[in-house]
Amino acid sequence: MEIQNNRKELMVSKIKNGTVIDHIPAGRAFAVLNVLGIKGHEGFRIALVINVDSKKMGKKDIVKIEDKEISDTEANLITLIAPTATINIVREYEVIKKTKLEVPKVVKGILKCPNPYCITSNDVEAIPTFKTLAEKPLKMRCEYCETIIDENEVMSQILGANNK
Amino acid sequence: MKHIISAYNFSRDELEDIFALTDKYSKNLNDTKKILNGKTISVAFFEPSTRTYLSFQKAIINLGGDVIGFSGEESTSVAKGENLADTIRMLNNYSDGIVMRHKYDGASRFASEISDIPVINAGDGKHEHPTQAVIDIYTINKHFNTIDGLVFALLGDLKYARTVNSLLRILTRFRPKLVYLISPQLLRARKEILDELNYPIKEVENPFEVINEVDVLYVTRIQKERFVDEMEYEKIKGSYIVSLDLANKMKKDSIILHPLPRVNEIERRVDKTTKAKYFEQASYGVPVRMSILTKIYGE
Repeated sequence: MEIQNNRKELMVSKIKNGTVIDHIPAGRAFAVLNVLGIKGHEGFRIALVINVDSKKMGKKDIVKIEDKEISDTEANLITLIAPTATINIVREYEVIKKTKLEVPKVVKGILKCPNPYCITSNDVEAIPTFKTLAEKPLKMRCEYCETIIDENEVMSQILGANNK
Repeated sequence: MKHIISAYNFSRDELEDIFALTDKYSKNLNDTKKILNGKTISVAFFEPSTRTYLSFQKAIINLGGDVIGFSGEESTSVAKGENLADTIRMLNNYSDGIVMRHKYDGASRFASEISDIPVINAGDGKHEHPTQAVIDIYTINKHFNTIDGLVFALLGDLKYARTVNSLLRILTRFRPKLVYLISPQLLRARKEILDELNYPIKEVENPFEVINEVDVLYVTRIQKERFVDEMEYEKIKGSYIVSLDLANKMKKDSIILHPLPRVNEIERRVDKTTKAKYFEQASYGVPVRMSILTKIYGE
């Protein structure tokens, strides 16, 4: 029993200040970091809990980032691959804000336009920008060439084609 | 009105103003207010062109402006690897407006974000060619004195033809009775364009099925290079040639348009019929573009 408690504590121990992203679909914790642009060399202390039991979801992932409060804009990007996620901002071990996730209206610089003849695929300064046309099912349009992408395309770009 | 990137940049009122101005300019191209006096316009064609390039140049000259520019990127720093953004910054310093053609979709929109002088899209990849659409509907209005209530048929490559996208979009400013989209399955119009239209459309494959209902037949070239299977192209190409037989089955007052250049998609014998309006359509290139420039730079 004691061992189990220690194990549980290790998995869910509180952070003093920062962000806790909970209820991420199992296996997508790395993708959440990817969406947030966190590569690991930024200096944040990060805890990843992957494939942990969840009453609500069966299995889930959790990401904890110490000393970084993610913005609403960053939080909304997470909806692209983890619409079930909940985001808590923590200060002095207390949750001071629960961020409500909304699909972002515009996504800039994260998704690539699949059209090889789009200017964003051919000019270093043209940043791919997608506007959300519909949330469920997700439908986004390239602001330059107007190519439409769907949830599958978004998922495969962020998660990687072999990791859907 | 500042940048012209899409056919959606024109309202119906603006189009009606452009029609009236074009009527005026058509009567006498040289006797016009020199609204571009003291201004220089860059005509930057990263892709070669004949009609659009020359008609913009002539339109600028007729309005008293000076022209600088190029056609084809071989003689520019683009050939050395300069990116579009830097080329636009340079043109921005040298001129008061940029008329631009580019091989990539969305290039004009990107240029307009960098430029603080007006950018006019003269064709960007397979995306749009808005000033051609104004020429198209001006020609139609000239013939029928209306756009509303007409039956259109767009024939050929509806997927990759930028003039088709712009024409479909500019028609949202009017009330066409019906637009037939006649193409092989492989070259059907793009769904994202069709989803936004506010008038009835019908996709068909055989032009003979509907030709007797059509007022305006708009023909585009089927491009061989779009087909993966050459046999497939050979099978299809014959069914999308406007023959004298097809033209004769059209209504008495109906017209045939084509943004040109034409290869073999309209039989030469059709040129002599009263329906052939594509050369007349091309002749409106200069006055229509003068009108558009006038709307941008003020009368």
